[in-house]
Amino acid sequence: MTKIKKLFKLSSLTSRSSKHFSRSVGGNIAITVVVLLMASVLALPLLYAIVSAFKPMEEIFIFPPRFMVQNPTLDNFQDLGKYISDLWVPFPRYLFNSVIITTVSTVGNILICSACAYPLALHKFPGREAIFQIVVVALMFVGQVTFLPRYLVMAKLGMIDTWFALILPDMATSLGVFLMKQFMEQLPMSIIEAARIDGYNELKIYWHIVMPNVKPAWLTLVIFSFQGIWNDTSVSTMVFTESLRTLPTALSQVSGGGIARVGASSAAALILMTPPILLFIFAQNRVVETMAFAAIKE
Amino acid sequence: MKKRNNQGVLQLMRKNWQSYALMTPFLILFSIFTIIPVLIAIVLSFTQFNIFTMPEFVGWDNYVRMILDDDVFLIAIKNTFIFAVVTGPISFILCFFFAWIINDYPKPIRSFLTVLFYAPVLSGQVYTIWKFVFSADAYGLLNGFLMKFGFINEPIGWFNDADYVLPLCIFVQLWLSFGTGFLTFIAGLQGVDGGLYEAGYIDGISNRFQEMWYITLPCMKSQLLFAAIMQIVSSFSVSAVPEALAGFPSVSYSAETIVTHIKDYGNVRYEMGYACALATTLFLFMVVTKSLITKVLNRVGR
Repeated sequence: MTKIKKLFKLSSLTSRSSKHFSRSVGGNIAITVVVLLMASVLALPLLYAIVSAFKPMEEIFIFPPRFMVQNPTLDNFQDLGKYISDLWVPFPRYLFNSVIITTVSTVGNILICSACAYPLALHKFPGREAIFQIVVVALMFVGQVTFLPRYLVMAKLGMIDTWFALILPDMATSLGVFLMKQFMEQLPMSIIEAARIDGYNELKIYWHIVMPNVKPAWLTLVIFSFQGIWNDTSVSTMVFTESLRTLPTALSQVSGGGIARVGASSAAALILMTPPILLFIFAQNRVVETMAFAAIKE
Repeated sequence: MKKRNNQGVLQLMRKNWQSYALMTPFLILFSIFTIIPVLIAIVLSFTQFNIFTMPEFVGWDNYVRMILDDDVFLIAIKNTFIFAVVTGPISFILCFFFAWIINDYPKPIRSFLTVLFYAPVLSGQVYTIWKFVFSADAYGLLNGFLMKFGFINEPIGWFNDADYVLPLCIFVQLWLSFGTGFLTFIAGLQGVDGGLYEAGYIDGISNRFQEMWYITLPCMKSQLLFAAIMQIVSSFSVSAVPEALAGFPSVSYSAETIVTHIKDYGNVRYEMGYACALATTLFLFMVVTKSLITKVLNRVGR
């Protein structure tokens, strides 16, 4: 079996060079200035959030306000702990909930979506086109727009205020099926035929042949899924029990408290933004490789 | 003849039972959390329903009420369209333009810029920092700056002032432009066949913008459509930014969107029938916009 795996490797798209029109020196300078301007508009607020997380109270209430921090302190992180413990549930509980929900939903999302994408990409059976068309249309019907009728369905099924409400909806995303299917279409049929001759059933082919060969695609899905679920505050309408709440919903209550909380709320933002950014830096090349296939043909 | 055909389909389905089995977990969850909710929203939009009693059929009443009796809905729809018309195309063009520029830098710079541009979207709630930049008192960054240099004497209320709320929310939404679409463009640009550029050069293309219009864009048509769909979703579902920055409800509903309006009627007032009519309207807008954009994109590169 390892032989088949070795025989096949997806060609990397990332190292293609092409002959371009080169810009004039003036053009180059102009473009660089534009990029720097845009980059600072994007980065300065992030930087402001990061430095504010380390600002002592007296630096928050000075006029004129200063951008940078003079005497960095960790007080805000302590305050954050205090504000959160006012919410009845200890901080580690929110963190635990977030980690569990994000991990389970993300893993589930990848397994379930790719299991559906494999037949859609490489099998021929009645209903295939129809199912894929529905998936493409449903790219627009994400949780942010269907949350209300979704709430009604979940209420009918008795899922409101349970772990199910937090974990299950994010497991079956059309974006997941779409990205996996587009990427899997690049696999040559020959390796699948070969596995069939070896007596593999479809489940085994999915697990031993397809999945190891579409690593960039599921890493990309890990990023999207992780980022979406980790940052999701909309679950606040699905659970009411404080001990089921996630970190972002608890932290959004902190930032709702006015300017006195700018330090604590920046500390919160810093805690929340670190994991997705690190994950993205780690997997960036894979993401770019996958998104090249994110194409819808009319 | 027809019967035999049906049998053929059944036989094919039986032969491919493993394919269906693999898809089953997805199809079940997808039906419960996406398809059934969309269908239910459409059905319930013709009823009056408060969760506790059975839905009562009321015909087109909810839709009539929306247009004739709900002033806030008119604000919500106006704001949603402003968001869609302003942030939609601008974000889309910004994403393409900067992906196009960034793509020409050598690999390390390109990677760094990609992370930096994607960071605001990636870091979730960090946009709440804008609340403190536009804080209503003199300690807010912008007020402090404007007062120090004498542009204003009194701090401006920013998010407490109905005149500023919507433009500021649009600005922050634009700050969140570089999302999935941007990554798609970065990836798509690297996939354009280099040979085409050389061919274009021989065919008389004389500058970079012609090259982009006649070669790059047509090559990326299907990525453009995917990115456009992602953009439609984010522009029509705007709610998190105005809620976090301007409050819910915002001052004189100045940042109310269709989605925050749905939340108001659904999650606060429990008028589910009406809220579903609002949701159905939103779905309709999105589907229509998508088909319009598909038509527009078909003209690219002509």
